[in-house]
Amino acid sequence: MTLDRRSFLKLVGAGVGAAGLPLIGRAAEMMPKSGKRVVVVGGGYGGTIAAKYIRMMDSSIEVVLIERGDHFVSCPFSNLYIGGILKDLSSLTITYDKLASNHGVKVVQAEVTGINAAAHTVMTSKGDIKYDRLVVSPGIDFRTEEYAGYNASTAELMPHSWKAGPQTLLLRKQLEQMKNGGNVVMSIPLGPFRCPPGPYERTSMIAMYLQKHKPKSKIIVLDANPDIVSKGKLFKQGWAKYYKDVIDYRPAKKVTAVDNNKMSVLVEGIEEIHGDVINLIPSQRAADLAVKSGLVGEDKKWCPINMGTFESTIHKDIHVIGDSSIAGAMPKSGYSANSEAKVCATNVVALMNNRDIVELSGINTCYSFITEKEAVSVAAVYKLDNGKIVGVKGAGGVSPDLSTTEAIYAHSWVKNILTEMST
Amino acid sequence: MTIKWRGWALATGVLAISAVAQAAPPTPAMLSNACAGCHGTNGGSAGLTMPSLAGQSKEAIEVAMKKFKSGERPGSIMGRIAKGYDEGQTSAIAEYFSKQKLHVTKQALDKAKIAKGASLQESNCGRCHIEDGREGKDDTPAMASQWLPYMQMQMADYLSGARKMPEKMKEKVDPMSKEDLEALLHFYASVN
Ligand SMILES: Cc1cc2nc3c(=O)[nH]c(=O)nc-3n(C[C@H](O)[C@H](O)[C@H](O)COP(=O)(O)OP(=O)(O)OC[C@H]3O[C@@H](n4cnc5c(N)ncnc54)[C@H](O)[C@@H]3O)c2cc1C
Ligand code: HEC
Ligand code: HEC
Repeated sequence: MTLDRRSFLKLVGAGVGAAGLPLIGRAAEMMPKSGKRVVVVGGGYGGTIAAKYIRMMDSSIEVVLIERGDHFVSCPFSNLYIGGILKDLSSLTITYDKLASNHGVKVVQAEVTGINAAAHTVMTSKGDIKYDRLVVSPGIDFRTEEYAGYNASTAELMPHSWKAGPQTLLLRKQLEQMKNGGNVVMSIPLGPFRCPPGPYERTSMIAMYLQKHKPKSKIIVLDANPDIVSKGKLFKQGWAKYYKDVIDYRPAKKVTAVDNNKMSVLVEGIEEIHGDVINLIPSQRAADLAVKSGLVGEDKKWCPINMGTFESTIHKDIHVIGDSSIAGAMPKSGYSANSEAKVCATNVVALMNNRDIVELSGINTCYSFITEKEAVSVAAVYKLDNGKIVGVKGAGGVSPDLSTTEAIYAHSWVKNILTEMST
Repeated sequence: MTIKWRGWALATGVLAISAVAQAAPPTPAMLSNACAGCHGTNGGSAGLTMPSLAGQSKEAIEVAMKKFKSGERPGSIMGRIAKGYDEGQTSAIAEYFSKQKLHVTKQALDKAKIAKGASLQESNCGRCHIEDGREGKDDTPAMASQWLPYMQMQMADYLSGARKMPEKMKEKVDPMSKEDLEALLHFYASVN
């Protein structure tokens, strides 16, 4: 007779197992470990690259990549779909088959439900998997508890579209269905959040869509921050040039409550603002898994790490990269996650082979579209200074102006980074 | 007691055996991997306007980086990035990419143009772009299998004067028709 975990727990009563028998009710171990193994959680911008590069650097290490989905949709460029430049999300969608066939990464589609750091084990919906080292790149989740009235249906009514996929499609559909003359309201949370220039790129893309298809409509941007967080001068330049009557940008307007029925948001609990379409981007923290497994620090939001190796300062042998981590001057971006993953892979391989670790060198770049044909960019080069990630002085910065050349290169950038992640 | 133990540990170096004790300066691979988010894994680009660096000569990359840094060569973004590396690091990166296998591309090219380019290249460009563009004399970049749209953008920059041609290349390029130059780029893009 076999019992699945749930019915077994019911039988013994609310999950209180017999004392001293910790294995009772646990799913069986999957893929018993023989040699050196790294488990990577999250098949997004950070995780795919960590898995691939570890295999490229040391093929004697078994790498298991665990991801809940059977594909991944890129947030970068998803604003272009919302604006109508991309017809669908296919060019932004990757699968994992080539990571397996080209690099021997073992891909497991499962939900990771917990991490037992002491036992070097991750628990998944399909069973337990043991590791020597774990790399976690699970992205972000939302602090929806900070919005009074936010409940399970809010994201369907007021999509965040801050994880690409169905949420991206939903926002686009709502824009299409909105009447000409309706108002779009966007709420931007206080930083830090994933992709500092992202909300302003989205503002530009929605304004572009409205101008073309809903000329009587406008977008009201409620920004909790005192000013545009990234590339401010360039966005303002672009908005003044193209969208003067379409974008109503309001800084220092923190949304604290939502009303699903009235389709409205409340600024600081008093000023009620109605939207025909509401893009509510909630404040953020490290993904649920990182919180649940005790990888977040005292702020209960983000994961403190050793900035040379990305090893958690809380749990040994667990590395955290990407949006979830506190990576000094490196912003929460796809390019950063890519760069961090390579640094982490290098040092995971070094540590597993008892070699000296290698000092970090990294890059971030982020392109943002203002119109269909014009983009702006920010770039930086990073190094380690006294154990902290800092920008190299004299390098990096923002582009001087809106540029068609940058827009052309941006399309090649997304092609390249997604190809890196999937081949 | 604790203090005593700590003192002993420090003196004997026991504490230094933590994970962060030894860090070697960034290796060529560490430095170069950061470029791959734009230029592709090991410098093999999948984006049609982004140049592959794989198999490019060390000297060509060094000179390109130096010119981006000083502003002599226009770059939408490379100027800002090149400034992040000192001479030694730049050389290490250049050597790393020069050791990678040439990135072979499959591009939609015009057969007639390839043939015409093939007949023009040796006498006009072959002095510097040697071995059908697989290699380059001194700091001349390799162009074999390079993305056509990238080369077209660079040629446009040369012709407009935004990017400065070497004198001897200019002598060859200036008298040529747009069609002949286009044919040459199709030829180089086709070489693998
Ligand atoms: C609109 C928008 C535009 C952006 N534009 C840019 C841009 O132009 N350039 C740029 O560099 N960055 C951009 N970003 C930021 C970029 O998307 C993120 O910084 C990047 O995705 C972070 O990578 P990550 O690996 O931390 O997380 P993700 O890429 O989100 O990957 C996390 C993965 O982990 C999986 N996962 C999480 N928990 C579990 C679990 N318990 N079990 C199994 N799997 C799990 C998820 O399914 C997901 O696939 C943008 C973001 C947004 C929202
Ligand atoms: C944000 C994307 C991006 C990153 C990151 C990047 N490059 Fe570039 N690279 C470009 C673009 C775009 C060009 C074309 C010139 C320009 O517009 O700046 C280019 C051109 C070059 C060229 C000229 C190639 C030729 O054939 O003429 C070299 C060499 C180069 N890059 C080296 C590097 C190195 C080395 C790094 C890492 C230290 C790097 N790049 C990082 C985008 C990038
Ligand atoms: C005298 C040597 C010489 C000759 C002849 C020459 N080139 Fe060049 N070429 C160079 C050098 C050197 C560079 C890099 C110069 C720079 O820094 O901009 C270059 C760069 C280029 C580039 C840009 C490649 C890149 O990766 O950025 C193109 C395209 C090109 N040449 C085409 C041609 C064509 C076509 C001809 C023949 C009509 C030609 N060249 C003849 C030396 C030469």
